Amino acid sequence: MSKSNYALEALNIKKIYKRGSEEIPAVNDISLKIRRAEFVSFVGPSGSGKTTLINILGCLDNATSGTLILGERTIFSEKKKLSERDLTRIRRLVFGYIFQKFYLLPSMTVLENVILPFTFYRKEGAAQDVVEILRFLGLENRIDHRPSELSGGEMQRVAIARALVNKPEILLADEPTGNLDTKRTQQIGDVIRRLNEEEGLTVLLVTHNPGLAQIAHRVIELRDGRIHNSNSS
Amino acid sequence: MNIFQVAYKNLLRKKIRSGLTLLGISLSAWVLVSLLGFNRGYEKALNKDIDNMGFQVLVTAKGCPYEAATLMLKGGTGLRYIGDSVVNTILKHPEVEKVTAMLMQAIFDPNKGESGGITAYLGIDPTTYPQMKSFLKFKQGSWFTDPEGFEAVLGYEVAELEQREAGDLTLIPEKNIELKVVGILSRTGTQDDGTIFVPIKTLQKVFGMEGKLTGVGVKVKKDANINLVEQDLYDLPDVQVVSLAQVKQTIMDLITTAKMMVFSIALIAILIAMLGVINTILMSVFERFQEIGIIKSIGAMPWDVFKLIWVETIILCLLGGVLGIAFSLGLSKVTEVLIRRLLPYTPTGSLVAVNSDIALVTMAAILGIGIVSGLYPAWRAARVRPLESIRSEGE
Repeated sequence: MSKSNYALEALNIKKIYKRGSEEIPAVNDISLKIRRAEFVSFVGPSGSGKTTLINILGCLDNATSGTLILGERTIFSEKKKLSERDLTRIRRLVFGYIFQKFYLLPSMTVLENVILPFTFYRKEGAAQDVVEILRFLGLENRIDHRPSELSGGEMQRVAIARALVNKPEILLADEPTGNLDTKRTQQIGDVIRRLNEEEGLTVLLVTHNPGLAQIAHRVIELRDGRIHNSNSS
Repeated sequence: MNIFQVAYKNLLRKKIRSGLTLLGISLSAWVLVSLLGFNRGYEKALNKDIDNMGFQVLVTAKGCPYEAATLMLKGGTGLRYIGDSVVNTILKHPEVEKVTAMLMQAIFDPNKGESGGITAYLGIDPTTYPQMKSFLKFKQGSWFTDPEGFEAVLGYEVAELEQREAGDLTLIPEKNIELKVVGILSRTGTQDDGTIFVPIKTLQKVFGMEGKLTGVGVKVKKDANINLVEQDLYDLPDVQVVSLAQVKQTIMDLITTAKMMVFSIALIAILIAMLGVINTILMSVFERFQEIGIIKSIGAMPWDVFKLIWVETIILCLLGGVLGIAFSLGLSKVTEVLIRRLLPYTPTGSLVAVNSDIALVTMAAILGIGIVSGLYPAWRAARVRPLESIRSEGE
């Protein structure tokens, strides 16, 4: 999208929820910069604001205040808020998302689930050979299977493949191993690390799993909506 | 994959629910096609019945016009009579081309069916009646050999029921008089199929009705003004004149109420189907709340989601419409039996006449229902924000 060294810059991001007259700060004045092809993990206890933060960084939500810059493009700032339509446009150009739940369509095969984004949008430079992605993820023998015939780890890899077909610049993974056992958590962690190292994908990972968080270049610990600690490996 | 394939696969996820909705829509389409087909078919069948009478005006004894209409179309009992001198009077009218005298008699036959039934005899003038109804074809034999002979021509159904052939004898119950069957008519699809035709003089003699008639069929000259002829015939003493147009109007008036009732049922059926569609699609939207959010996160714009849900509704309605039209064609006989039970009088021909225009109109109506029914669920789905679905997972 740009020639900046940073994939993403966030300045003084705040997100305040209102409950009646009470204001609850979920993210409180966070600033951070994420380099291209950097792998960053967000950890912290429940309610620390990590999901809220990456929702804002991933253009799934507007911040209450602050500035977000993707490459060299200012997405929102004090003077600029985006409509849902504009957020969707940016999301499909920049991000790939994976979540704790896989949300595969049960009536579709693996291949159909993976190419589902093309029904709505095919980005210039999108994957020409989807099977190649499935091979990269070890799913080449599962192409015609339905989600009900797959293990949890395989379903998450299908969800990863779906996030990758439109060649995103940033992969946003929110608790991607939350529903998986240790062995499959390790497999998914390995896939994400390889995507970062071999494909140069910028990765933002939210996890409760300290072992998984450690595979990132940088681990940011949040507490009470603020950055409590930031460690680079 | 295009949006239609995705929508179709979504519908397959809840097969029973989609199937039941489909059934609801197809039943509505069936009702609609049958109703439109009935509207077309009933009038057509009625016209055919009236055309097959061979005359445009019936002169009967003064009495209830509905009775006269029934007499004209079905044959009736409790009859009133006019003297046969009226035939010559009518023939003198310059606009009248042909006249045929008729005597209708009905008699209870204890051997008919399981518990007996009425047999209708129509006394006809062997000279004029065959001329007026020249379109009648014979399966066996021909018209009478003797204008005053004890002979009978059987309608197709009577011959089938009594298992008679030309040359056989048939007994007039109560009178214990046998008639020789000289001809059997081919099927006409009209009341003629259930009638036994006898020379009028013979019938008058058998029933002690010499010089009496129940009706006179009048055919006016080509290009003559039927209304004027009717007016002139009204001046004759003690007769009533029933024209083709009057009979048709009387019967159409009779069935209007029944038609309105059936139309109301159809309207309710369509409304129920519409609510069923809205309910099904809305439930599916609520169930897929998170999934719709994910679809938006992988690049679908609000309009894409709107289209997806809308297309699902339209696919359901189109499939339901096709199925309903197929039902209505395949089960038209059942529909006809149901309609015959509902209506006070039904013509003898096919009552439900479905053509391609009716099928197209029904498809357009069902498609319209789909388009309207899908609007709200599609709008609700389009408004789902990905964040809401993701947040519902909890942090």
